[in-house]
Amino acid sequence: MNAGATEVDAQALFRYVLRLGDLSLVLGQRLGEWVGHSPALEEDLGLANIALDLIGQARLLLTYAGEVEGRGRDEDQLAYLREQGAYFNAILAEQPNGDFGQTMVRQVLIDAFQLELYERMTGSADARLAAIAAKSVKEVRYHLRYSSGWLVRLGDGTPESHDRVQRALELLWPYTVELFAEDDLDRAMADAGIAPRLSEVHAAWAGRIESILAESTLKRPADRPHAWHGKRGQHSEHLGYILAEMQYLQRAYPDARW
Amino acid sequence: MSSVLAAAEERVALAWSVLDGVEDPEIPAVSIVDLGLIRFVRAQPDGNLEVGLSPTYVGCPATEVIWRSVKEALAQADVGGFEVTNVLSPAWSSDWISAEGRRKLLAYGIVPPERTVSNMRDMLHADRPVACPRCHSVNTERLSEFGSTPCKALHRCRACLEPFEYFKCI
Repeated sequence: MNAGATEVDAQALFRYVLRLGDLSLVLGQRLGEWVGHSPALEEDLGLANIALDLIGQARLLLTYAGEVEGRGRDEDQLAYLREQGAYFNAILAEQPNGDFGQTMVRQVLIDAFQLELYERMTGSADARLAAIAAKSVKEVRYHLRYSSGWLVRLGDGTPESHDRVQRALELLWPYTVELFAEDDLDRAMADAGIAPRLSEVHAAWAGRIESILAESTLKRPADRPHAWHGKRGQHSEHLGYILAEMQYLQRAYPDARW
Repeated sequence: MSSVLAAAEERVALAWSVLDGVEDPEIPAVSIVDLGLIRFVRAQPDGNLEVGLSPTYVGCPATEVIWRSVKEALAQADVGGFEVTNVLSPAWSSDWISAEGRRKLLAYGIVPPERTVSNMRDMLHADRPVACPRCHSVNTERLSEFGSTPCKALHRCRACLEPFEYFKCI
């Protein structure tokens, strides 16, 4: 712990680590839906690779969350046996894939968030989170290079591709507000030096997104007030369908193993 | 058992040479020591050897195979008691691939990584031409950021028209 930093209790840290882990897990699961359906083989491989990295992050984070909680739950129990209300990802991650452009818009928005968050978290007072962030940020840079490259090609492409990604941006932008809406839990983590201030992450994210959108010739939608609370376990209907598919095997055959 | 009585240094050296025989399941041309995955081998006060193993990519399915292979190889080699530790920090870097490993990768047809870039701005401008491993032309292009495994990107040579893989810098 940093000198002067406040203590956080295990339950709070558990919930915070799940926010990070669930964001990666749900987004990874969404990207996995593209496997076999991508516009080209290269994109099939690209999306599958990013999904795999995200699920790798989720494994590290969920394993850690289970240790923090101290009730003997491992990564699999946390991934496969939690109900929707016990998932704490921001709901941007669970939004449907739509077309390839919409998937890339969602990806750019979350990749840039993870990049700015993890870069700052490498200095976390929590050594385990610092290590996970340092490991993950290297991979996230590749994700953002991929997704932002596509956004530029589509945004600055044909009128059709431009309109489609602009519409996707209008659709998904309101959900970004939740990523940066600081609540008591975010504040406690920042006070303890475990997580960066979300306002700092937001400022860096906004600057990066601004320049990607400019290069993509896309217009940044206006921020609007929001009422999403995925970070507190209140989700859109989409998450239920994702979990139903992801958890089916463990629910139907408890404790099944490969 | 003589191996248990052998000096700790000998057991450590034996473990290193055993580990050097463990191949990466996806890239059998190189050993996990060549790839820099073994962070340390040291004798513990309780007599066990501790082997520090780093994952390359957090979600790489090969990681679990590598763990199993390491344990099997050490168990068969009679190095005495050992445990394998997952070393997450500092995060594995492609800079840790040995000169020997780089030679083997290239001979296998995979272009070894350049030096790692550690920030996003450099990364966006780090697209130096990658020379074709077959005809050595630098007239090449990147087809995809992501190749057949998490650690490789897919390129193509415009001179000889052959596709090839490039080990990503991370």
